[in-house]
Amino acid sequence: MNVRAQVSMVFHLDKCIGCHTCSLACKNLWTDRPGTEYMWWNNVETKPGTGYPTLYEDQEQYHGGWVLEDGKLRLKLGSRPTELVNISFNPRLPTLDDYYEPFTYRYKDLIDAPPGEDQPVARPVSMITGEEMEIEAGPNWDDDMSGSPVYASNDPNLRKVMNEEERRQFFEIQQLVYFYLPRICNHCLNPSCVAACPTGAIYKRGEDGIVLVSQEKCQGWRMCVSGCPYKKVYFNWNSGKAEKCILCYPRLETGQAPACMHSCVGKIRYLGVLLYDADRIEEAASKPASELVEAQREIILDPFDPEIVRKALHDGVDEKVVEAARKSPTYRYVKLWRLALPLHPEWRTLPMLFYVPPLLPVTASLSQQGRQELATDFFSSLESARLPIRYMASLFTAGDEKTVISVYRKLLAGRVFKRAQTVGDIPMDEALKALDDARLTADEVEDIYHLTSLASFEEMFVIPPMLREVAIEMGVDPHEFQEERGAGFVRVPERGL
Amino acid sequence: MDAFWFIAFPYLALALAIGVGIYRYLTSRYTYSSLSSQLLENRKLFWGSVPWHYGITLILLAHLFAGLFPGAAGFILGGRIRLLVLELTGMALAFFALFGLIVLMIRRLPTNSLVRRATSYMDGIVLGFLLLQVATGVSIAIFERWGSLWYLRTAVPWFWSLVKLHPDMSTVATLPGFVKVHFVIGFAIILLFPFTRLVHLVMFPIHYMWRPYQVVIWNRRRGRAAVQPTEIIR
Ligand code: HEM
Ligand code: SF4
Ligand code: SF4
Repeated sequence: MNVRAQVSMVFHLDKCIGCHTCSLACKNLWTDRPGTEYMWWNNVETKPGTGYPTLYEDQEQYHGGWVLEDGKLRLKLGSRPTELVNISFNPRLPTLDDYYEPFTYRYKDLIDAPPGEDQPVARPVSMITGEEMEIEAGPNWDDDMSGSPVYASNDPNLRKVMNEEERRQFFEIQQLVYFYLPRICNHCLNPSCVAACPTGAIYKRGEDGIVLVSQEKCQGWRMCVSGCPYKKVYFNWNSGKAEKCILCYPRLETGQAPACMHSCVGKIRYLGVLLYDADRIEEAASKPASELVEAQREIILDPFDPEIVRKALHDGVDEKVVEAARKSPTYRYVKLWRLALPLHPEWRTLPMLFYVPPLLPVTASLSQQGRQELATDFFSSLESARLPIRYMASLFTAGDEKTVISVYRKLLAGRVFKRAQTVGDIPMDEALKALDDARLTADEVEDIYHLTSLASFEEMFVIPPMLREVAIEMGVDPHEFQEERGAGFVRVPERGL
Repeated sequence: MDAFWFIAFPYLALALAIGVGIYRYLTSRYTYSSLSSQLLENRKLFWGSVPWHYGITLILLAHLFAGLFPGAAGFILGGRIRLLVLELTGMALAFFALFGLIVLMIRRLPTNSLVRRATSYMDGIVLGFLLLQVATGVSIAIFERWGSLWYLRTAVPWFWSLVKLHPDMSTVATLPGFVKVHFVIGFAIILLFPFTRLVHLVMFPIHYMWRPYQVVIWNRRRGRAAVQPTEIIR
């Protein structure tokens, strides 16, 4: 066992209102430079939908992530020699068309237009070339399904798990209840972006697990972009370097929540430390698809177990970090309550951003059949929501419906219980039976309810003390430290020739 | 005049290439990048970059091999059939590279506004010099047959004389003008190398073949004092 700490995230999808505040907070902070206009380190997609970049989930096209071959993990992108041979032209690179050509409007025309018959208009111009352009796509072109099922029906998850008739049925439900999927880099335990980089410029930070691209080492071979199945590494066409979500580490190091989380309107985001066993990463990533979620939960360790705490301290995890792991909201959602699931575990990167799946599509499919009574007929009600469940399973459990159902059972039972408690239109003994079926206790429901609905800022973001500058001054001579580490860029980074 | 181009200039080019190359690496490693523009334009890049790189890399390797092991090269080229096959292969590769290079140049014409934004004046200079070099190379292959053989008797001794610091240009002094131009531009490109994107060539990440897949970097290792600051798993 080799205990390490990871700053991990949970997004509670029932609470996301699709407002894109998170995306804008991130863009304003990090990606408003030339070369990064098209990047959305945080983006919010409507599901079902094709996502950003378009159809990124289709790994037959993009070859991202890992595959299991004879029990061994292999990059879907190809072997090491293949990658080197393809280096001067990467056949799996998404291009600007797969994202969108960033645009703005010539607002000045509105003011400068000479007096005339017509209302002046601000023409759209490309943010790359500055020339006038026709807008044909945007990062959220299919937002709210854009009033048409075209994008939604091309969702790779649907094509994979449903036949045509089923898809038709599914859309009857989905016309009412699409949901939102906010995505940032998952800061994976087994990141394929790191593995795909020929230079080795991408690395995982030992202390907190944040995955970063060294801008000094990156030589623009752009293999990481293809390697990441979530398409969360982007190529800066101006600097010739890859860039990605940095989990706002400068904010974390000063005790602040990442910008996307801090600004989240729906309060859907949680951040906290998870301890895990780094020696079992490969083992967990090599399990058969249906066991992946469980295997990942398995290597996440209990910060209350004295044996594990002892080992953690021995392996260099700071005492304060262990303390943060005990208060971690993500530990509760992921491991204790087993409510939060990784996105597309079948790509085998062991993503450390977890999602509590949305109840809405499930309950909507129930009410379609005129059945609002969740408590009565608890099991068969889940049974009748099998299409949404199959869809969620293809998103969050590599197709394993059992695990998704057990999450939904808990979410539903919790609701039934709280409803019995506060509204009182459900008999309490029915509610308790539902809890029993879901293997939840009343106390647990209270805790879940509290963290989901009432939690304070400090409960939602339990940031381990990183306070890097202060920590340095306490332990070492800052001058010595600077000599060891350098002090970042000493001049403005400029594109080479 | 010849003495400058065939003795002083090569030394100058090599010294600058090595000196400035190392200096640039140490002081502004950030500028070392392939400066890929594939994100902005994909189709023409395929028809340009693939033929260009496969062609030029193999041809350069052949130049290098013959330069380093003239004996072995002479032996291989000894047979008529082998000579013919290798000459034809070389010529095919050269045309392959030339085709790719022309596509790359077309790709950067002002009409393609997206790629244009990621184009600097240096791209023009680099592509221009490379075009001259490949064009003279192809002409040599056509008009001065069996270059792979006489290369061993003319240019190679000259290279080695430069290496041994006993510069002797007598073997190349009498060659036709455009052959000399090919030699000079070759060194001009070496000179351009540390000032342009051509640095990507020496950065070829061959160490990918053996580096561990996962990279973990510690800011400061406490607890396990024995472990190196950069610990790498797997
Ligand atoms: C050693 C192996 C080499 C590798 C791995 C390599 C890789 C690359 C890569 C990744 C690009 C960027 C392509 C893009 O836009 O996506 C590139 C461009 C280029 N390479 Fe190479 N290269 C190699 C050898 C060479 C050689 C030997 C030359 C010529 C002497 C060369 C000349 C160029 C030029 C001129 C470009 C710019 C093309 C353009 O976009 O206009 N490369 N190379
Ligand atoms: S999600 Fe992030 S850490 Fe995981 S492979 Fe992609 S870029 Fe790398
Ligand atoms: S800010 Fe929060 S609620 Fe709004 S879209 Fe982002 S994740 Fe959803």
